[in-house]
Amino acid sequence: MVKEVPVIWLQTSTCTGCSVSLLDSASPNIKNILIDQIIPGTHISLRFHATLMAGSGEQVLQVMEDTMTKERGGYVLIVEGAIPTSSAGVFGFIGERDGHPFSMQERLLELASNSMAVLSVGTCASFGGIPAAQPNPTDCRPVKSVLDSAGIVKPLINIPGCPPHPDWVVNTIAGIVLKGLPRADELDDNLRPLAFYGKLIHETCPRRASFDEGKFAKKPGDEGCLYELGCKGPITYADCPTRRWNNGTNWVIGAGAPCNGCTQPEFPDLTSPFYDKLPETLFRTPVLIQR
Amino acid sequence: MSTIVIDPITRIEGHLKIETVVEDGVVKDAHSTGSLFRGLELILRGRDPRDAQVITQRICGVCPQPHAVACARNLDSAFGIAGKIPDNARIIRNLIQGAHIVQDHVLHFYHLAALDYVDIAGVADYAGGDAVLTSVREFIERGQLGPFMPRYEGDYRLPAHVSQQACAHYIDALEIRRIGSEMVGILSGKIPHSVGVVPGGVTCAPTIDMVTSFLWKLKRLQQFVNDVYIPDVFAVAAAYPDYFEIGAGCRNYLSYGAYDLEGQADVVQRNMLFKPGVTSQDMVLAPLDVSRIAENVKHSWYEDPPAPLHPSQGETRPQFAKQDAYSWVKAPRYDGLVYEVGPLARVAVNYASGDQTVRTLVDSALKRLNLPSSALFSVMGRHLARAISAKLLADALEGWLFELKPGEPTYVEYEIPEEATGFGLTEASRGALGHWVEIRGKKIYNYQCVVPTTWNASPRDDAGNPGPIEQAITGTRIKDRDNPFEIVRIVRSFDPCLACAIH
Repeated sequence: MVKEVPVIWLQTSTCTGCSVSLLDSASPNIKNILIDQIIPGTHISLRFHATLMAGSGEQVLQVMEDTMTKERGGYVLIVEGAIPTSSAGVFGFIGERDGHPFSMQERLLELASNSMAVLSVGTCASFGGIPAAQPNPTDCRPVKSVLDSAGIVKPLINIPGCPPHPDWVVNTIAGIVLKGLPRADELDDNLRPLAFYGKLIHETCPRRASFDEGKFAKKPGDEGCLYELGCKGPITYADCPTRRWNNGTNWVIGAGAPCNGCTQPEFPDLTSPFYDKLPETLFRTPVLIQR
Repeated sequence: MSTIVIDPITRIEGHLKIETVVEDGVVKDAHSTGSLFRGLELILRGRDPRDAQVITQRICGVCPQPHAVACARNLDSAFGIAGKIPDNARIIRNLIQGAHIVQDHVLHFYHLAALDYVDIAGVADYAGGDAVLTSVREFIERGQLGPFMPRYEGDYRLPAHVSQQACAHYIDALEIRRIGSEMVGILSGKIPHSVGVVPGGVTCAPTIDMVTSFLWKLKRLQQFVNDVYIPDVFAVAAAYPDYFEIGAGCRNYLSYGAYDLEGQADVVQRNMLFKPGVTSQDMVLAPLDVSRIAENVKHSWYEDPPAPLHPSQGETRPQFAKQDAYSWVKAPRYDGLVYEVGPLARVAVNYASGDQTVRTLVDSALKRLNLPSSALFSVMGRHLARAISAKLLADALEGWLFELKPGEPTYVEYEIPEEATGFGLTEASRGALGHWVEIRGKKIYNYQCVVPTTWNASPRDDAGNPGPIEQAITGTRIKDRDNPFEIVRIVRSFDPCLACAIH
């Protein structure tokens, strides 16, 4: 008997980039994830994902609501996007309830309180990200902050990145399937799995030797460390330099562009201007911002 | 009289509701509602203009690359260097955008549209030896069919073996589109939200190993487009000929043009793969005049300016609960008229401009299907035009690749001006994409984007004319109101992207 792990993927204030990044997963590929037994004996049953699912309208919301009631406490809720909380949620709604638009915030609270665990996928869901950038026009908040305000306590993992590398998402889920939810000491202070976010970009960057020798690129395309072109690698935790992106073809600094700090709670307001040198005061002392 | 409300419309990007009024089985009226506002234009204000390259890509994770190109062209123009971008950079921008859009068209046909036509449940009867189809059959036998069930039922017409083959292609296409992303990665670091396209040019220095690696991934894409994607479009088209008769809508078409084929200093005069222009179902070309664009907001949740504004003067002042408003999407109009953008518009404009390659592809396709030229303006015509658009690009990329000159410059330096205005136009996967900027004190004072789905999913304009998708649905006969295939097939033929449309 194959064990089914039900998953609901909720998209809120998002660009869908996290979903597209997951589609780019190489090993396992997305077909292995959706159709095959991801680990022998276990199948991820993706019940709701608006970008992929065959049905439309009322029938798919019914699936979401059935999963919530019939598998109470047994499904994983994945949230992609920040939560717009301004003006009673008028800036973002999904379907209707009792003839009125049903806000993303209300959906999140309902789905999270009945879930087994919550994965905040991407920097918007984890920390607010781009839609929460100043002046935060829709008062977007991270998933955890919205749940905390409502008194909902659930195991929660942040998997930030704009977008996150597909391996970070897939292997966090694989970890849950293989050995259960991560222990507290497997996550950092921002609830990111240390397995992927344990080191600064700057620590493993192949251009680190240039930094140490004081060889700095002066314009895009130059050799040398990109620190003076605005690289935020010294304050950004992620394994991009060793993991590389898009099936290992390349990564940001490999293409001659500075890291913009997208896995950090500080992204984008405190990691920008993206093409200006990081102020010395921030170097190696990330300023955590709270939303 | 009754209503059919579909909310959410799935297998598109973002949050869209379609509400229709149906009388005697025919749609009498349709309203399209975009239901997520983020306010990226407001977030851009006061920032370093270069940061728009990072932030505007986040308008959309499905089609970030065209935003990077539109933004770079916008800033090139504001910084006074639009005519000075090195040839290498022009070509690399084309390669990055082209590879991205070929994979995006494949994604649309197989992963967003196909499940409306292809019966994946039919794989339950598969008895052959193909390992992939066998694994799908085992998946079905286990009984948990999410995300492929439930769905609308009753109109899957492909013969069982064709349907099974199309399911196998759905899975092959997942890999092909991933390879398209890898091509973008080679030249632009990563995708979604790549980093290589910047004002002044591109960040990477081309090398021989980039060229060869890109080439052999490209050949996989090209082969798939020619040998699998296009034949599958014909197979679906042959089984659903009635979809060449519905979903036309406004019958006006606009393209900004894209992919500069030469580096001459006057950007506007450059020859492009996709030509700029406007046309209609008569296929007579008129030159594009960008000054004729204005965004209407009477039926959108924004404060009303005295008159519709050109995007260079555009405003974004959200105002929910406004009388007569029903969407976060604005309503851009050209010359006050409703225009469709997208692959069909690109193909129509190139056809009207006399492009022989496009004329041959379109004419031979219609002849093969035994259809009149008017059939192009339809649901199935959009799928056909998208496939033609993908083929044109996939075939062009190889030639561009070998125009690269490793060792030659890819970037030109600039100063951010104290005050300036700029605009950048291109063709995204889903159609005409424009960015406009005003810089004051070396910072962004105003940044406005008019995105393809802003056109296509727009609500009524100030004069009360419905948007292209609304018009395309209206007048359609719905065979089974519990399974309103016609509505979702029409909507999806536009490949809507709502994060883009509203931003």
